[in-house]
Amino acid sequence: MSQPHRRAVLNLYKTLLYLGREWPQGYDLFRKRLHKVFTKNSGEENPEKVKIMVKHGEFVVKEIEALYKLKKYRAMKKRYYDEN
Amino acid sequence: MSRVLVGVKRVIDYAVKIRVKPDKTGVVTDGVKHSMNPFDEIAVEEAVRMKEKKIASEVIAVSCGPAQAQETLRTALAMGADRAIHVEVAGKEYETLQPLHVAKILAKLSKDEKADIVIVGKQAIDDDSNQTAQMTAALLDWPQATFASKVEKTGDGLTVTREIDGGLEVIKTKLPAVVSADLRLNEPRYATLPNIMKAKKKPLKKVTVKDLGVDIAPRIKVLSVEDPPVRQAGSIVPDVDTLVAKLKEGGHV
Repeated sequence: MSQPHRRAVLNLYKTLLYLGREWPQGYDLFRKRLHKVFTKNSGEENPEKVKIMVKHGEFVVKEIEALYKLKKYRAMKKRYYDEN
Repeated sequence: MSRVLVGVKRVIDYAVKIRVKPDKTGVVTDGVKHSMNPFDEIAVEEAVRMKEKKIASEVIAVSCGPAQAQETLRTALAMGADRAIHVEVAGKEYETLQPLHVAKILAKLSKDEKADIVIVGKQAIDDDSNQTAQMTAALLDWPQATFASKVEKTGDGLTVTREIDGGLEVIKTKLPAVVSADLRLNEPRYATLPNIMKAKKKPLKKVTVKDLGVDIAPRIKVLSVEDPPVRQAGSIVPDVDTLVAKLKEGGHV
C-alpha cells in the first residue's frame, strides 16, 4: 500500500466493516468479501490508482447506506401503509 | 429560537423475526438485535433539520428504559442531537411501562428543560400504541400536531401537514407544541461511524424516575401475548366445477 493513502484506505475499510454489521446476508459473508477485495488490490503502488479506488469505495459506502434506508422505508411502508 | 425535545425508544430491530415467549408473557428480547424505533429516527432527523435551518437552538434526545437505552441515545447524538437524557427504568418496572408513564416523564422534562417543541415518532414498532404524543400534549396542555408529514415554521408558530385517512390536513399551531412524526416526514440520515465516535463525547445525563417525581405504577396488566394466526395452506383443485362447488360450500358465491 502506498503510504500517502494509508489512512484513507484504513478508514474506508473500517467504515465498510461497520456498515457490514447490518448486511442482510450476514456480517461474516460481508467481511470475507470485503477482505478479499482489499487484499486483491493491496499490491497497488500507483497513488493515483489508489485514489480512484478509494473514491470508488466511498461511492460504495453511499450506496450501502441508501440500500439500508430504502429497505427500512419499504418495510415500514409495507407494514403500516399498504392496505392491499 | 426554540429548544426541541425528541423522544426516542429502543425497540427490537425491524428486521428481526419476533418470537413469543412460551409462557405467553411477552416476546423474546434476550440476545435479540435492538435499534432505534424507525419513527423516532424520523423525529430526530426533523429536529436536527430544524437546528440546521436555525429554527431550533438545541436538540435534546430523551429515552426511558434500561442501561442499553443509552446506545439508542448515542445514535440520536450521532445523528445530530446536542445532548441526551437517559431516564432509568429497568427490569420489572420497564416491562409495565406504559405510554402514559412516558408521556408524564416527557411532560416533566419538557418543563424542566424549557422545551418549546416536543417531537416523537407517531408510534413504536413494538407495542404500536400511538399514544405518547397525544398524552404528552394533553398533560402539558399544549397543541398537538400528530402524524406530521411536513413541518414549517410560520411566524411564531408551526404549519404542519398531517396524514389523515384519505388525504392531508394542514393545521397551524402556536408554540409550544407537540409533534408526532409520520413515515413521509423526511428521510433520516445514517449514523456514520465517525459520528458515533464523536457522539461519545456529547453530554448524556442520567436521571431516575424518582428524581422526576413521576408515578410509574402499572395501570394495565398484560394477560397474554400470542402469535398472530398462521395462514392456512391452499389447495389445488382439478377443474372449474370442483372450484365452483368448493366456493359454494364456503359460501363465497
